[in-house]
Amino acid sequence: MAVAAERISLRATGRSRRRLRLNRVMEGVAVLAASVALAALGIVVVSVVVRAWPALHVSLFTQTPNLFGGPGGGISSAIVGSALIVAMATGMALPVGVLAAIFMTEFARPRVAAAIQLFLDVLNGVPTIVTGIFVYGLLVIGHLQSAYAGAFALAVVMLPLVARATQEVLLLVPNTLREASLALGVSRWRTVVGVIIPTTLGGILTGTVIAMARAAGETAPLLFTCSIFAPAVSTDVTHALPNIPVLIFTYSEQPDPALHQQAWAAALVLMAFILITSLTARGLLARSRRKLTHG
Amino acid sequence: MVTGAGARLRAVYVACAMAAVPTTTPTTAPLRSGRRRIGDRVGDGALRTITALAALAVVVLLGAIVYKILHLAHSAWSTYGLHFVTAKTWDPVHKAFGALPFIYGTAISSLIALLISAPLAIGIALYLTELAPKGVRGVVGSLIEMLAAIPSVVLGLWGILVLGPFLANHLEPWLHRKLGFIGIFGAPEATGTGLFTAGLILTIMVVPIVASICRELFMQVPADLEEGALALGTTRWEMIRGVTLPATRSGIAAALILGLGRALGEAIAVTQVIGGGTRITNNVFGPGDTLASKIAASYQGAASSLEQSSLLYLGALLLIIGLVVNLVAQVIVRRFDPLREAR
Amino acid sequence: MGNRSDTISIDVAPVEIAQRRHAPLPENREVVFDVQDLGVRYGATTAVSGVDFDIYRNMITAVIGPSGCGKSTFIRCLNRMNDLVPGAQVDGKILYHGEDLYGSGVDPVEVRRRIGMVFQRPNPFPKSIYDNVAWGPRVLGMRKDLDERVERALRGAALWEEVKDRLKRSALSLSGGQQQRLCIARAIAIEPEVLLLDEPASALDPIATTSIEELMHGLKRDFTLVIVTHNMQQAARVADMTAFFSLEVGEGRRTGVLVEYDATEKIFTNPSDQRTEDYVTGRFG
Repeated sequence: MAVAAERISLRATGRSRRRLRLNRVMEGVAVLAASVALAALGIVVVSVVVRAWPALHVSLFTQTPNLFGGPGGGISSAIVGSALIVAMATGMALPVGVLAAIFMTEFARPRVAAAIQLFLDVLNGVPTIVTGIFVYGLLVIGHLQSAYAGAFALAVVMLPLVARATQEVLLLVPNTLREASLALGVSRWRTVVGVIIPTTLGGILTGTVIAMARAAGETAPLLFTCSIFAPAVSTDVTHALPNIPVLIFTYSEQPDPALHQQAWAAALVLMAFILITSLTARGLLARSRRKLTHG
Repeated sequence: MVTGAGARLRAVYVACAMAAVPTTTPTTAPLRSGRRRIGDRVGDGALRTITALAALAVVVLLGAIVYKILHLAHSAWSTYGLHFVTAKTWDPVHKAFGALPFIYGTAISSLIALLISAPLAIGIALYLTELAPKGVRGVVGSLIEMLAAIPSVVLGLWGILVLGPFLANHLEPWLHRKLGFIGIFGAPEATGTGLFTAGLILTIMVVPIVASICRELFMQVPADLEEGALALGTTRWEMIRGVTLPATRSGIAAALILGLGRALGEAIAVTQVIGGGTRITNNVFGPGDTLASKIAASYQGAASSLEQSSLLYLGALLLIIGLVVNLVAQVIVRRFDPLREAR
Repeated sequence: MGNRSDTISIDVAPVEIAQRRHAPLPENREVVFDVQDLGVRYGATTAVSGVDFDIYRNMITAVIGPSGCGKSTFIRCLNRMNDLVPGAQVDGKILYHGEDLYGSGVDPVEVRRRIGMVFQRPNPFPKSIYDNVAWGPRVLGMRKDLDERVERALRGAALWEEVKDRLKRSALSLSGGQQQRLCIARAIAIEPEVLLLDEPASALDPIATTSIEELMHGLKRDFTLVIVTHNMQQAARVADMTAFFSLEVGEGRRTGVLVEYDATEKIFTNPSDQRTEDYVTGRFG
């Protein structure tokens, strides 16, 4: 066995050393970037929890805001209001969004579907404050602020989210499933109602739940449509109802530390809601994906 | 062997066919008749119509938004015309209104957000696709998605009560002392509210959006391209610079434009931390307003109908800018193909 | 711009082996790779184990065997591409000119710079033809006389005549066979000592395949070549030495093992292992 004339080194030297060092620096930068984002999340969450902690009593959920400021009081009316508004918004956005998605995947020609998808994406990019002004011009001018106006504004925000999420799961349905059903002589609408919607229900719910989480925290669409301060618990949707986002917004602009604490508490409630819904959505999505990919 | 498989296949086929065809269906039935058929046709037509109407509603809704907003801005438009865009004063007392301070505030705060979030988001996406160990990847990815789920009003609350005071007491005075000579790091506000704070809050909102799009982009780069680069004896970073980033650059541009759209349009959190002001200042620590934050800050009403109409004009400007930015990004996204980005 | 591949006969039968020049004597050759009891595991599954042989300088060594026998896994060990596969664990030793490739302090980037690789599917970068070849040297700091270097590499890959007038065009405008030769040009532009080819022609048509094989004969003068192929005729046509890998099945596990390693002529005409004979004759018999 011949021996190599010169000893070959596979160690990095000179220029390669520098290149490796640059590589290590850039990898460090990437790790740092991820750490910064995680730190930001951690700091925000910890700030909210720590500052909301002293205000976490049962009274937070049972009492209405103190009319004259100061410590005590609760946000029960805002919780009820937010729940009502988001529920109404979901009621408006869900059917339209799901139907529009069905049209895109089941009936429309590809070009038409692509056009509608573009409209949905652009609608999703409309600044939410503009959505608020739109609904203000449409439903509030000449009338009053009301919960249904606020709900309509939130529905505009939710619509593209629901429609796009539904479209994505409908596209996951294998074409063989559609063909199998049609080949049995089952009509198109029975195929959609009897086969496609049941198999994608989990995915549709996921999209809806994510949209609800997003809507629950939206403030801008409500400023011009449902922001008049009314402390009492009410379910009259023809009037403006107190709600959590607007409550946090107005309290944060006040100089009163007691109100700040209430704002932190409301923020914690809101974030807890969003966390729970997101985790639920994740679970639903995993389940529906399993169902679609493993028969 | 072949015949065996064929027979088995045939048996399966027959079994399927038997299961599929209801035995009660008379095979001699004419092809188009029967009440069921009519019912199906009506049902098909109805479903098609209803879903088409829903899709149409999306289009109409977007059209209605554009129409309504432009309509609402009409009275200020007829007073000022395009001059409104370049007018520097916003003075409710003397009833002189112009949008320039807010366009400026929007540009500066979004620019700050974009400058910080671009490297941050790309770094995060690279970490998640190229570096992170498998187990960590999913967890970190979801946590960064959680960052996007924090409502803007909560971020604003945090910005005004936690971040602002911190910046005012620590970072801003330090930057002012060390880099004040550049001119943009002027004297900080005591409260820590201003364009810079708004830019940072916007960064927190933009980063997860851009990072998640970039992550998808990087995953679309074929693995054999990256292996081809590494097989030449390049380092991972050289591979990223030479192959991954060039192959995805138009997608990255679109992601940043989408992030920009988000930053431009954010009203609430910015209103909370930007301090409010109508002067154009080159001090990034100074107070200001963006188009969106000015509108949001005036939600409790305007002093005059002209002011109100001018606010609506601001809204129209915001809508137009937002639409243009979004359309551009969407068009780039739709054309994106990592293999067609030849230099 | 002669389309040279048109003039080449594509109908090369295995009979050719017998007529080929005599197999060189391995004893006189310098050992490039000394593979010692090599094994690769992915998590709990063992892909290959107990591989032990030498690869000689300026020869073409073919690795053949049925699919799933760990040929690709093996060749990817030779330039540490397996490092990129999460969970891959390499046991045993590969000495490259006496230096352990997996020894501590050895930099995989440096290894790959000396031991180039061409992949199964042509994978040119989405850049111009010129930049595909020039990128490697540029990054590695070989900026001097870059144009000449690119031309040399493209000539070496027998592609120059076909692309010299459109170097700025996208590499993706080339045909599959041209793309694969471009990948070879890209690999030799950084002047490696060894070229690993992982089924370089399996995605190509017969004409393109022939031109790649022709090319390999020419490259042998300057490089040591290791080629993985599932096409026995190809191994017979191009290789000086052939390693036959097979699957050892036991207890529900399938592990790739080296069955026989010898001069190509011997492997194909007079193998010493029954399994080799079965494989060599069984497929095309």
